[in-house]
Amino acid sequence: MAKLTLADLRKMREEKQKALDMRDSSNKDVQVVVGMGTCGIAAGAKDTFTALINTLSEKGLTNVLVRQTGCMGLCHSEPTVEVVVPGMPTVIYGHVDAATAKDIVDKHIVGHELIEGKILDKPSIDIVKNA
Amino acid sequence: MAYESYVLVCGGTACCSGGADKIIEAFANELEAAGLKEKVQVVATGCLGFCEQGPIVKILPQGTFYVQVKAEDVKEIVAEHLVKGRVVQRLCYDPEQAKKLVAEANIPFYQKQYRIVLRNCGVIDPEKIEDYIARDGYKAIEKVLFEMTPEQVVDEMLKSGLRGRGGAGFPTGMKWKFAQQQPKGQKYMVCNADEGDPGAYMDRSTLEGDPHSILEAMTIAGYAIGASKGFIYIRAEYPLAIHRLEVAIAQAHELGLLGDDILGSGFSFDIELRFGAGAFVCGEETALLQSIEGNRGMPKPRPPFPAVKGLWGRPTVINNVETLANIPVIINKGADWFSKIGTATTKGTKVFALTGKVNNSGLIEVPMGTTLREIIFDIGGGIRGGHKFKAAQTGGPSGGIIPEQFLDTPIDYESLAKIGSIMGSGGLIVMDETDCVVDIAKFYLDFTVDESCGKCAPCRIGGRKLLNYLKKITDGRGTEQDIKDMEAICDAMNKASLCGLGQTASNPVKSTLRYFMDEYMEHIHDKKCRSGKCSKLIQYKIDPAKCKGCTMCARKCPAGAISGTVKNPHVIDQTKCIKCGACESTCKFGAISHG
Repeated sequence: MAKLTLADLRKMREEKQKALDMRDSSNKDVQVVVGMGTCGIAAGAKDTFTALINTLSEKGLTNVLVRQTGCMGLCHSEPTVEVVVPGMPTVIYGHVDAATAKDIVDKHIVGHELIEGKILDKPSIDIVKNA
Repeated sequence: MAYESYVLVCGGTACCSGGADKIIEAFANELEAAGLKEKVQVVATGCLGFCEQGPIVKILPQGTFYVQVKAEDVKEIVAEHLVKGRVVQRLCYDPEQAKKLVAEANIPFYQKQYRIVLRNCGVIDPEKIEDYIARDGYKAIEKVLFEMTPEQVVDEMLKSGLRGRGGAGFPTGMKWKFAQQQPKGQKYMVCNADEGDPGAYMDRSTLEGDPHSILEAMTIAGYAIGASKGFIYIRAEYPLAIHRLEVAIAQAHELGLLGDDILGSGFSFDIELRFGAGAFVCGEETALLQSIEGNRGMPKPRPPFPAVKGLWGRPTVINNVETLANIPVIINKGADWFSKIGTATTKGTKVFALTGKVNNSGLIEVPMGTTLREIIFDIGGGIRGGHKFKAAQTGGPSGGIIPEQFLDTPIDYESLAKIGSIMGSGGLIVMDETDCVVDIAKFYLDFTVDESCGKCAPCRIGGRKLLNYLKKITDGRGTEQDIKDMEAICDAMNKASLCGLGQTASNPVKSTLRYFMDEYMEHIHDKKCRSGKCSKLIQYKIDPAKCKGCTMCARKCPAGAISGTVKNPHVIDQTKCIKCGACESTCKFGAISHG
């Protein structure tokens, strides 16, 4: 990639902002975000991540994007996984082991059903969006 | 088939004891009756955190948040909310403001957390610079390089009231100003990522979750003070944070956001990583600089302060990770915005690593002025296992232990100092009645004695002496004179030590002596530890009425301390007993107990 000028940076921000916002709108594909800070990884987030990827490829679901992120702050419930499915509320699951990861794909993404007992809540408001 | 709505019923322990099961059952019945079974899914969730107002029911996608719901209310929620789409005002958190307060984001409880430092953690992919840029990343750099002079940047920092989050709380703008005022020439910007407190992991999480915010902040600081070179001093025990920083630096280089002539502004800045081997004293700024230069990490007397004479004798600013993470936001949103958050003397937020005997351990960020009670009981969800709160420890080995009577103190640098603790880097360890304060003080002293660099006598010898006294007391050999000696040593270490490590190492002892003298006295006079933590003070006893003389305990005892004949009550020889507890767990009749 070439070095950015000021105009390039602004353009890039605008484009990427749209891409991030799309996570909330309904015509965008499914996104699964796995919390992969040290706390998440220590609690088995790598297994969760692998299980998600494997289950998705078994099912041939190509519309799902699996991303990683840092610590969400819910260290007591790691590994945590945020699932964004169009037409469904965005949900954070806690204690997601490989079996729950499979459930997320089978039940939540395919079946549009929430999974019992694993849902948590975002710890706080978003200061960037609420500017 | 897709559901139209979702009913989330909190299935945490507290809400379950409040009847969450019955609520779920009631929803199932009511939805069936209303013919909505196919359209609404009912699920039990993990604890939603607001236990005080439980049981909690949340309806998605609207995000309506009902509190103190009873099974009898379910019929109304189904009929009104799910069938007719009208919010049941009387069940909302604050009925008077129900119209506004329907979504959880509007409830003050959830506003207790306010994320400036952690704004991107858990939101962006830390290994993608595009994600950071999309969330206003590198926007502050634009503003600083093209619209502001270095003096204006420093003024903005001064105006914001930001103070160093590494623990001492020195105003960041002042530090920058000192360095800026030094004659032109080579200057350095250093990020202190040597997070050493046991139980603290906010810097680690910030670097792992949002590395670019630190790079951006360091570049801003470099521009403000006239430095072209930055170092991040990070401990080698943080491999993931190091990896993500390396990725971030490479990406910023590729896009020209680091390196020569950033964004065509003419300003050049570069950042290198330096790894620490994990010595606690290297978190002290002068020792840290020694370590970067390749010397043994030992503090130097100040003045001269690093801002005047730092790395290789050049003016150097050292800021902690959390301090830096605030800076891009302050530039973007303005000092006025930032200075409205927090207390009179301490602006902004503080990240705490909430650990110990608390239900929701985790990484939290709250405005300064939040009370310990709000942090521990509202956000942390109270004490684990239904135990009783005993004390909270802030500031790691340099901090103090805060007893229950100060739970309602609004937290800032000054208020914590007043009650004998410090803000520190933000470790917050919660203790319950099963923790022994003397044992805790011993734990921290053990740590600081290990980590003392040995350069000055008060810290090297004083720490060792304190630890020996604490060991003596927890072994049941303490005297009242020991307490007096300890107080004198604490005072001497505090006044005469060279650096922050020694000056504050006695804080855990001082604060426990101040608030828990009765427990010290119990250890000394009654030879008793009420929590049972001090194993040498435990006595195992056999109740002759319950003992059947089965000989099991005598056979299990590794020290041969139990004697007795078959079918007759056994006795333990206290002088031989090594307090291992094997007898108690072996006894089938519950005849052996300890106290």
